[in-house]
Amino acid sequence: MASYQDYLLHLADNALILGQRNAEWCGHGPILEEDLALANNALDLIGQARMLYQYVAALRKDGKTTEDLLVYFRDVPDFKNYTLVELPHSTAMLPTASGDRDYGVTMTRNFLYSALMVQVWQALEHSSDAQLAAIAAKSRKEAQYHLRHAHDWVLRLGNGTEESHRRMQAAFDYLMPFTQEFWTDSAMETAAAKSGAGVDVRAFKAEWEATAADTLQAATLKLPSSDGFVTTGKHGVHSEHLGFVLAEMQSLARAHPQAAW
Amino acid sequence: MPTQHSSRAGASPPVLPDGPLAQSQDTQEHHAIWELLESVTDPEIPVVNLREMGILRAVRQGAQGLEVVITPTYSGCPAMDQMEADVAAALARAGVAATVVTQLAPAWSTDWMTPEARDKLRSYGIEPPAKSACAAADGSKVIAFAARKSAGVGVADVVACPQCGSDNTTEISHFGSTACKALYRCLHCMEPFDYFKPY
Repeated sequence: MASYQDYLLHLADNALILGQRNAEWCGHGPILEEDLALANNALDLIGQARMLYQYVAALRKDGKTTEDLLVYFRDVPDFKNYTLVELPHSTAMLPTASGDRDYGVTMTRNFLYSALMVQVWQALEHSSDAQLAAIAAKSRKEAQYHLRHAHDWVLRLGNGTEESHRRMQAAFDYLMPFTQEFWTDSAMETAAAKSGAGVDVRAFKAEWEATAADTLQAATLKLPSSDGFVTTGKHGVHSEHLGFVLAEMQSLARAHPQAAW
Repeated sequence: MPTQHSSRAGASPPVLPDGPLAQSQDTQEHHAIWELLESVTDPEIPVVNLREMGILRAVRQGAQGLEVVITPTYSGCPAMDQMEADVAAALARAGVAATVVTQLAPAWSTDWMTPEARDKLRSYGIEPPAKSACAAADGSKVIAFAARKSAGVGVADVVACPQCGSDNTTEISHFGSTACKALYRCLHCMEPFDYFKPY
């Protein structure tokens, strides 16, 4: 059953890390409305993650695992999120300053991720695990709204100025290869799908690709190749960026373990 | 998952009917608790109470005694903890021994808001959600309904202005002051307003 908990952690870690990344825009949004939008988006994602972590903690029945322990006291190799969600909001493959955030990258990633998760959560509503099905039913509605929001921005920026168009194309060119990880195999996903509790994400590939192709076309952007190196975040082998995300997210809880407020 | 005793919580249809949730087989004690909890309002929108919002799902006899069942709205809604505490405090004040149980399934929908909640929201300045949030279950509607009518993609939901009633409104932002709302502007009276998103 450890493998099934890994699967739940994979779903939770994706939501948590993307939530943490999107929350970085809080107070720094390009306009007030989008600042609020990203804070709300992050709130939804972290809420989804919390339900899953609470469930894993309940399944462990060891009397000591809590959602906080899973979030604040695991290290990089323990996290099972896609590499896609941990990347900084920038196309530069360099250490980045906060000022380098590019909203086009943020919207592109939210689009690529939520287009997948709408399908994943929808399928998980029929999970043989009633608790996961219940979490999926809530998360699906939120993912739909996130997709709508990101889709709208892909169109706006793709069809916008020369500069916004150029940056959206750069964002898709940069991020698309990371989506290959969605369709790769992992023991936790295979076992979960086989048991009826999980789903085989590869079943959604054709529809996901069609959504991406349609949206890019409507945004006058070119569908980039997704060839190249295949990332392995869900196996716990991450990019150099996740450590920095965790450092910021975990430092307070680690400096004051057991603190309550 | 808590075990489900009441017919309401155990039923499987995805869309539950509107209106008060008291069941015919409820005891007088259950009715008294429903009555008592009428005073517990939504911390973010104090004009409506938890029953009217569809958040308060059931009062039932559990294995450990009386249980009051609530369901979360948005996954990350920060008001949920407050609602749970408010329900517990109201029960404690009245000397009722009951525990508050949070239940995820079936997932809360804005379709569960009562007609009086919708009227109260509107007079408070928040346009209530369009019906049939569940119709979007296949995911296709997300792409189909675009935010800005001017964007020329799909057909936007018609959202009336709660101030002047005009349908000539436009979405300013998908997200508003809380997770459950979007920000709109009326092009007739020019007032901005909150729209409670169909969920």
